[in-house]
Amino acid sequence: MTKPGTISVTKPVSEELPREKFDELEKFIDSMETTKGVLIEILHKAQDIFGYLPRDVQLYIARKLGIPGAEVFGVVSFYSYFTTKPRGKHTISVCMGTACFVRGADKIIEKLKEKLGIESNEITEDGLFTLKDVRCIGACGLAPVVMVGDKVYGRVKEEELDEIINTYKNQEVTL
Amino acid sequence: MTRKRTNIMVCGGTACLASDSEKVVRNLNLILKARGYDKEVEVIKTGCFGFCEQGPIVKIEPDNVFYVRVAPKDAKEIVDEHIVKGRKVERLLYEEPEKKEKIDKHENIPFYKKQLRIALRNCGLINPEDIYEYIALGGYEALGKVLTSMTPSEVIDTVKRSGLRGRGGGGFPTGLKWEITSKQESDVKFIICNADEGDPGAFMDRSILEGDPHSVLEAMAIGGYAIGADKGIIYIRAEYPLAIKRLNVALQQARDMGLLGKNIFDTDFSFDIDIKYGAGAFVCGEETALINSCEGKRGEPNYKPPYPAQEGYWGHPTCVNNVETFANIPPIIKRGADWFASIGTEKSKGTKVFALAGKVNNVGLVEVPMGTTLREIIYDVGGGIQGGRKFKAVQTGGPSGGVITEQHLDTPIDYDSLTSIGSMMGSGGMIVMDETDNMVDIAKFYLEFTQDESCGRCTPCRIGTRRMYEILNKITSGKGTMADIDALKQLAYMIKDSSLCGLGQTAPNPVISTMKYFWDEYMDYIKDVDHPAGKGKYTAKNKDDAFLKS
Repeated sequence: MTKPGTISVTKPVSEELPREKFDELEKFIDSMETTKGVLIEILHKAQDIFGYLPRDVQLYIARKLGIPGAEVFGVVSFYSYFTTKPRGKHTISVCMGTACFVRGADKIIEKLKEKLGIESNEITEDGLFTLKDVRCIGACGLAPVVMVGDKVYGRVKEEELDEIINTYKNQEVTL
Repeated sequence: MTRKRTNIMVCGGTACLASDSEKVVRNLNLILKARGYDKEVEVIKTGCFGFCEQGPIVKIEPDNVFYVRVAPKDAKEIVDEHIVKGRKVERLLYEEPEKKEKIDKHENIPFYKKQLRIALRNCGLINPEDIYEYIALGGYEALGKVLTSMTPSEVIDTVKRSGLRGRGGGGFPTGLKWEITSKQESDVKFIICNADEGDPGAFMDRSILEGDPHSVLEAMAIGGYAIGADKGIIYIRAEYPLAIKRLNVALQQARDMGLLGKNIFDTDFSFDIDIKYGAGAFVCGEETALINSCEGKRGEPNYKPPYPAQEGYWGHPTCVNNVETFANIPPIIKRGADWFASIGTEKSKGTKVFALAGKVNNVGLVEVPMGTTLREIIYDVGGGIQGGRKFKAVQTGGPSGGVITEQHLDTPIDYDSLTSIGSMMGSGGMIVMDETDNMVDIAKFYLEFTQDESCGRCTPCRIGTRRMYEILNKITSGKGTMADIDALKQLAYMIKDSSLCGLGQTAPNPVISTMKYFWDEYMDYIKDVDHPAGKGKYTAKNKDDAFLKS
């Protein structure tokens, strides 16, 4: 393993991936004592900075660490937390834990797909919403649970979905 | 505990936070201030009380009054009535659903009556972000006792005699695991806390970390001393932001007080803990996969042997224990192995935390002695089935376990009894299902989960679970035949026998057990030529024959 500071790598800057964000990531990697076993940590940070992990960011990390790009992609694609697609402004997460499932979460997510016109892990055309099915978020007492960003909606009924979606749509209009 | 006249304890667990307990805290503080009571009354945000169904929960000490479903707007009434005038707010007390009685003391609520809290002892009692509260309740005493008066082998012996078994699901004796790791000759050893709670529907580990993080840190230091490790790692899911935050606060406080770091309690023992984040992979609950993930790699399991105790993190001997296992260690050291061994059944000692969820009245976190029957948990603690419907089955052990039906409700539960009735303890998820649930759908739900979470390293699991899921889909869409049922069965046993790790070996369990107990529900889907009505038993025919017909 090579010390991060010793490798200089060109930053694949583009409109979506501005230089400042790469600088921030570079600073984070350079500040690490060792690059041994820290790939997941770096990917977490990169996803924090960029919002997602596009190919260019993965390759940048690979070159920076002196490891094959395939190794980085292997890790990115393995873990469900990492995403290679940009996310909408609001992420709607539907808990698909067992407790929520037996209380009807499967119907909730189907309804949401229908209403938003997307499948899970996709982004709506207006870039407003991403739909995600997540594993248990641990609020089983409130099952079924839908999360929009950090806000948790408990004991959600199908009839309430329009209202939830509209809350966020209306926010856009007033802004 | 602070020297105030009254403490108002507000649950700060994830479920209660989701129903606005943060605002309850804020409103209480504002109103207390406005009424001039903020000097004598303190509002404390604690860990999970466990009674999530009735959240947010507010408990007032020392009056010992337990309020449920408190909304932010109720703060005014609590302060004006209870704190100022000393009258209970009847409206917010827990109402016993059958007798319609209001109950004010939490120990009289049926939900808490049969519980015995060891691992969850401090949850809901202390402010998890204040190390002094943990110490005030005897925290870090066990670590002090271990470091100043016990040898590592005495510690291991105590844990062995207590009969504590791994609470993550496997049930391997913890003391034995420590002993094996301690006997390895190596300068560098690691102790890892597995906080990658992947079972959908289980949230006990997160509640412990959110409600009592220091108990885990203390236990890890004890474990480190016992096996000869000076470095601990907590592997936690990135999806648990609150638990991560509280762990970080706890770590910093422990370091500042010299309870972690160099020369703890002025002894030669040094120990520190790092946090590593998972990124959402169920298989990382398996210890070799977890270690790979800690090393920044794909979380795929390895062949065993070598076991992690021999070659683990970066090739060094490593001991991996679960959060709940660790939470049991300090009480065992403090109160002795015999005390712990006196609780529970012959082969499973102590208590177990279950995340009771699904169609049960009192969803929440319960801790009961081993040997409690399922009926007691579901009906006495859980308050029976929602909406007065009929009980159908309970799934324990999550995607690795199986269903348990009415006929086994009186089985005293421990590791071995659950295995013998076709399920398993697992990490402690307990999902109750009522008569309206279709068991084939439940099996399909679990298979969808496992085939998605299969890491892909070994073929039986990668392809087999996928095929099983496809067959189940075919069956539930009404196109299935008896040949499909046959293939499903065969696949199930093949995957069980030939998968590399626990995930694959147990993945078919939901199918096997639902087939065993709810065969008719499978048959209802089959519109085979031989079984036009969809009913009737399949007599073992020539398999080729069945294939030709499908």
